[in-house]
Amino acid sequence: MSQNSSTLPRWIDIGLIPILNVAMALLVSGLIILLIGESPLEAVQIMIQGALGYDEGIGYTLYYTTNFVFTGLAVAVAFHAGLFNIGGEGQAYIGGLGVGLFLLLADDSLSPILLLPVGIIAAGLFGAAWAAIPAYLQAYRGSHIVITTIMFNFIASALMVYLMVNVLIKPGQMSPESRVFLDTAHLPFAHEIFAWMGIKIARSPLNISIIWAAICCIGLWLFVWRTRWGYAIRSVGFNEKAAVYAGITPAKTIMLAMFISGALAGFVGVNEIMGVHHKLLLNYTAGYGFTGIAVSLMGRNHPFGIILASLLFGVLYQGGAELAFEVPTITRELVVVIQGLVILFSGALAYMSTPWIEWAYGALSRRQSSAGQGEG
Amino acid sequence: MEDTFMFAVLTLDATLRVSTPLIFCAMAGLFSERSGIIDISLEGKMLSAAFIAASVAAVTGSAWLALVAAICVASGLALLHGFACITHKGNHVVSGVAINILASGLTVVLGISWFQRGGQTPSLPSSARFMPIEFPFTDALNGTPLLGTIYKELLSGHNILVYLAFLVVPLTWWVVFQTRFGLRLRAVGENPTAVDTAGISVSGLRYRAVLICGLLTGFAGAYLAIAQNAGFVRDMTAGQGYIALAALIFGKWRPFSAFAACLLFGLLDAIAIRLQGVHLAGVGEVPVELIQALPYILTVILLAGFIGKAVAPKAIGQPYLKER
Repeated sequence: MSQNSSTLPRWIDIGLIPILNVAMALLVSGLIILLIGESPLEAVQIMIQGALGYDEGIGYTLYYTTNFVFTGLAVAVAFHAGLFNIGGEGQAYIGGLGVGLFLLLADDSLSPILLLPVGIIAAGLFGAAWAAIPAYLQAYRGSHIVITTIMFNFIASALMVYLMVNVLIKPGQMSPESRVFLDTAHLPFAHEIFAWMGIKIARSPLNISIIWAAICCIGLWLFVWRTRWGYAIRSVGFNEKAAVYAGITPAKTIMLAMFISGALAGFVGVNEIMGVHHKLLLNYTAGYGFTGIAVSLMGRNHPFGIILASLLFGVLYQGGAELAFEVPTITRELVVVIQGLVILFSGALAYMSTPWIEWAYGALSRRQSSAGQGEG
Repeated sequence: MEDTFMFAVLTLDATLRVSTPLIFCAMAGLFSERSGIIDISLEGKMLSAAFIAASVAAVTGSAWLALVAAICVASGLALLHGFACITHKGNHVVSGVAINILASGLTVVLGISWFQRGGQTPSLPSSARFMPIEFPFTDALNGTPLLGTIYKELLSGHNILVYLAFLVVPLTWWVVFQTRFGLRLRAVGENPTAVDTAGISVSGLRYRAVLICGLLTGFAGAYLAIAQNAGFVRDMTAGQGYIALAALIFGKWRPFSAFAACLLFGLLDAIAIRLQGVHLAGVGEVPVELIQALPYILTVILLAGFIGKAVAPKAIGQPYLKER
């Protein structure tokens, strides 16, 4: 996906331009806040205070960050293979179904120590399976993965409504939710872990899934840049024809990339279903899959960039909730607007500023070299 | 017998109403995609247009002014899409996703700021909406069996935008397949280099195509907010832009086939609404979710090449780099 044909040094290409793009997105967001008649500076202050100013806020911020790391990595690994996986939302939904079904079936029979690893595997497998069908259709039947993954988001949503309303609903209640899992199947919350260590922090949905997210970051970095499979994925993404000459089968590589992508998106289900809600319900993905697109574009498809971008979006989500609470004329959806603007400026218009920067950089380096000649 | 007939007529009547925005959007997408610009932002443009139409109608009380405003906003977003995809050679899908997300957020943010109703616009009086048009002689023909009912229930009693949508289809066919502009439009989607060699501006043609796309999605949005409904509610498009895209692909990027697909998907929707909670003999309760998901499932099956083959315009999604 990276099209750096420019003559700019690396620090401008991977440092300055992404920051500039995000800055433009935030600037336009500020203008929208002005348009509503509020002060952007005050809004930023409330958001940062709400997201990072006290322990509960930090807990929520990191909880959101966990989801964004999963969906961001999911989009990124597909991008490396030249594929655009818009289906993160549906894969996360089905991943949650996977871990939820597993816990409904086995939370009383399996040893609690095994519940977490098998739960992770169940979420990953379900997410991966939901991504594998569009991947198969792209690899072997030539249908466009963007369209099929969009369609699969809607199919996932219809499937979940059907299952929750008709099959998995706890008998005798109106709201479409399953029974609550046994206590032993709940992932420990951060405030519980800190309490065992004798430190008291406020309750928040943050749970140990965040450690799994960190492991996924390192694992994905190793996988993409340090294994032959990662090499195959990047080759196919860079130039499919050349990859064939290198002895790589594009179809298999597409399947592999999407399988991993779907599994990563499915891990959102571990955080949400096993970590926070402790039961199956509807709409717990809440757009995290789409935010993954913004996160991946902003983080330039690199795990390190994705961590930074996820943190920023975590701050925006939690700070946005706080902002909506403090300022009645502003709603949480402001974060959705910012997200859209980030995708626009960091994605579609990513190279808008490049000619200007090239011009400025050229002018600067010419002046420097002529100054250097003058001295010599 | 009488009941079945009435049920069929009323279902078809509902089909026309739910198909209208799909038809506008599918034709909009056809212009864009035939010129080589992937457009998954039909949804976002329609949503923005619906919001602006409802807002303008609520403030001015004029449905026509609202329609104009909706077209302006949708065209503005279309130009933004063009600016990203044509001028800056950005990824079409990324740009489309950005517009969709932007629209879903901004309509709520501005809606709450302007009207303080939790994202809804004020309910519109009928003077500020496009109201059903009753054809002449409906009552005189009412006594006639079959035909009278069809005339009264099915053909008459829709608002002007419904009839317009059905006119847009042959018009689209005529423009795309019978005019010089249409020939060039199709050429630029298949082989832009050839068009450029003939001395015609690729960018100019593609900008005109996305503008037409914006105009038509403006109609679709206005229909949702000020004709079919009496105001805007958040996320009121509810994936219809994607269904229209599916219909366009299902119709293999051809006007009449896409139109047929829109009617089919509209029919499925109308049936799903009518079958909610109905028990059928032998089948039990019909899973409404399955019927609602059918357009998506059918499109996936079609794209996989199991029902004929859907071949997209050849140069779709590729930025055109003019050699210097």
